[in-house]
Amino acid sequence: MKTTETPAPLPAEPGASVSTVDVPVPRPGRREREGTVLNVFSHGVLVIWAIMVVMPLAWAVMTSFKDDGSIFGSPWALPDRLHFENWARAWTDANMSDYFLNTVLVVGGSLVGTLVLGSMAAYVLARFDFPGNRFIYYLFIGGMSFPIMLALVPLFYVVNNMGLLNTIHGLILVYIAYSLPFTVFFLTAFFRTLPTSVAEAAFVDGASHTRTFFQIMLPMAKPGLISVGIFNFLGQWNQYMLPTVLNTDPDKKVLTQGLVQLAVSQGYKGDWSGLFAGLVMAMLPVLGAYVVFQRQVVQGLTAGALK
Amino acid sequence: MQHGKYRFIVGFLAVPLGLYALFVVWPFIQSIYYSFTDWTGLSPEFKMVGFDNYKRMLNDDIFWKSLQHSLLFALVLPIVTISLALFFAFMINVGGRRRRGGPALTGVRGSSFYKIVYFFPQVLSIAIVALLFQFAYNPDSGAINSLLRGIGLDHVQPLWLGDPGLALWCVMAVLVWSTTGFFVVLFSAGMASIPAELYEAALIDGASRATTFFRITLPLLWDTVQSGWVYMGILALGAESFAVVQIMTTGPGGPDYSTTVLVLYVYQKAFRDGQAAYATTIGVALLVVTLAFAAIVMRLGRRERLEF
Repeated sequence: MKTTETPAPLPAEPGASVSTVDVPVPRPGRREREGTVLNVFSHGVLVIWAIMVVMPLAWAVMTSFKDDGSIFGSPWALPDRLHFENWARAWTDANMSDYFLNTVLVVGGSLVGTLVLGSMAAYVLARFDFPGNRFIYYLFIGGMSFPIMLALVPLFYVVNNMGLLNTIHGLILVYIAYSLPFTVFFLTAFFRTLPTSVAEAAFVDGASHTRTFFQIMLPMAKPGLISVGIFNFLGQWNQYMLPTVLNTDPDKKVLTQGLVQLAVSQGYKGDWSGLFAGLVMAMLPVLGAYVVFQRQVVQGLTAGALK
Repeated sequence: MQHGKYRFIVGFLAVPLGLYALFVVWPFIQSIYYSFTDWTGLSPEFKMVGFDNYKRMLNDDIFWKSLQHSLLFALVLPIVTISLALFFAFMINVGGRRRRGGPALTGVRGSSFYKIVYFFPQVLSIAIVALLFQFAYNPDSGAINSLLRGIGLDHVQPLWLGDPGLALWCVMAVLVWSTTGFFVVLFSAGMASIPAELYEAALIDGASRATTFFRITLPLLWDTVQSGWVYMGILALGAESFAVVQIMTTGPGGPDYSTTVLVLYVYQKAFRDGQAAYATTIGVALLVVTLAFAAIVMRLGRRERLEF
């Protein structure tokens, strides 16, 4: 693939340099011509990048329907017929169904855990003054910029000593812990923007702090929970480094690991078409979900960086 | 609001903070401690060795190679990705044909389509992307070389990942491919919030599009660009580079260690070679590099915040 799409220099603008010199108020004709050239140029560049993004994905989908011979013989040729048996083989023989189930269990558990625990901590940090509040907040935030790999070496032995290595629930706890920094950061900012009057009214009416939180504040925080939930869902679904270190039991593998494992073992088995079917199988649900919930996904993923 | 306040605070913080302390904070502290020991990770016994690991690291050629590659990642990747993304975002938002009576600067037709498509790689796992490109790069039967053959470039058949001089750039290209779209969408959102009057005023004064970009768009977008820069650098030093290098290159680490990076070297020392203490030492170096990178970007990029 090419990345020589050099960003500079900006579009060739025939009229531009002249117009800055001689005419304070540009004549419409010149401006329009510049606009047309720019329009063609910008469309050209944008289309090329769109093709570069889509082509590898489309190629993978196409390849997953081919037989092994033509994958290597003619990578760009269309399949002679749709080999759906690749998909069936990947699902059953290559254990894709197990990998899917493991991933759903791990991500389901850790997503719920992250949202519940993250919003509890964020609410307390956002709304209550107590000694150590700032310290705990920065302790959480600091986790976002530290290289996780450094902690993973001792973490492996911590998890091992607790008997949680190669278990689904162990992986869930670790996922939650490593998702907390961003979740707390994001939700603390969100809880601060919510009005205080509603919670105070509930409190005056005799509701406990806990009840106020679960029945009043959480429902009010729904938009924030959705954004941060999507962010965590994608991060946890696509996680590769944590399971690679902490989850080495072949039966417990999650999708990303399973596919890499499959790619390595295909070196002996030679079932490449099955591997491509597996790859596409793992790609399609997230791509499909993204196309449907496009606006929320973009909001969720860019929300943190825009703060 | 005082009634039972502290009991509530403790009750709500105990579990999240405990989990975080046990699985994140405590291992970080431990790993710094372990870097001064001779712990193998295999047996529970170890003793303090002072700065021996650090001395060994300074004489380790592979460490220096990894450091060099990681620094290259942290320098090149944000520059390329963010420049590309700014360019695309500017094209999407102001590259459109001027319609009679419409605003002075308009987005291209189909701008939302581009934004949707460009974002695709962001939702895929970097592991899947790496696997996909590993096939594309395959010198004999991969998509790229057969495309080159198809357009008549039979003699241009690089080994890509197998060529020590090229492998690192191939890996970086994959990271650029997978992250650019995210920044296009991020910067687009930022550009959309810049008031149109500013652009119109500049155009009436006769500013070219290039001037408009450097004098109006970039300064007003600076905060977003800067945090994007730090974010991209941390990714390039950490998890993303681990996945692509570990999955795509042989070894892993490439022919003749040509693609090894710090984060991969930590992993290999700890979980392949049974040298946990030495691995944490390299990890500390990675920590220093990451924090220094973030500090430098924040420092160099500091300028007066513009309100609009």
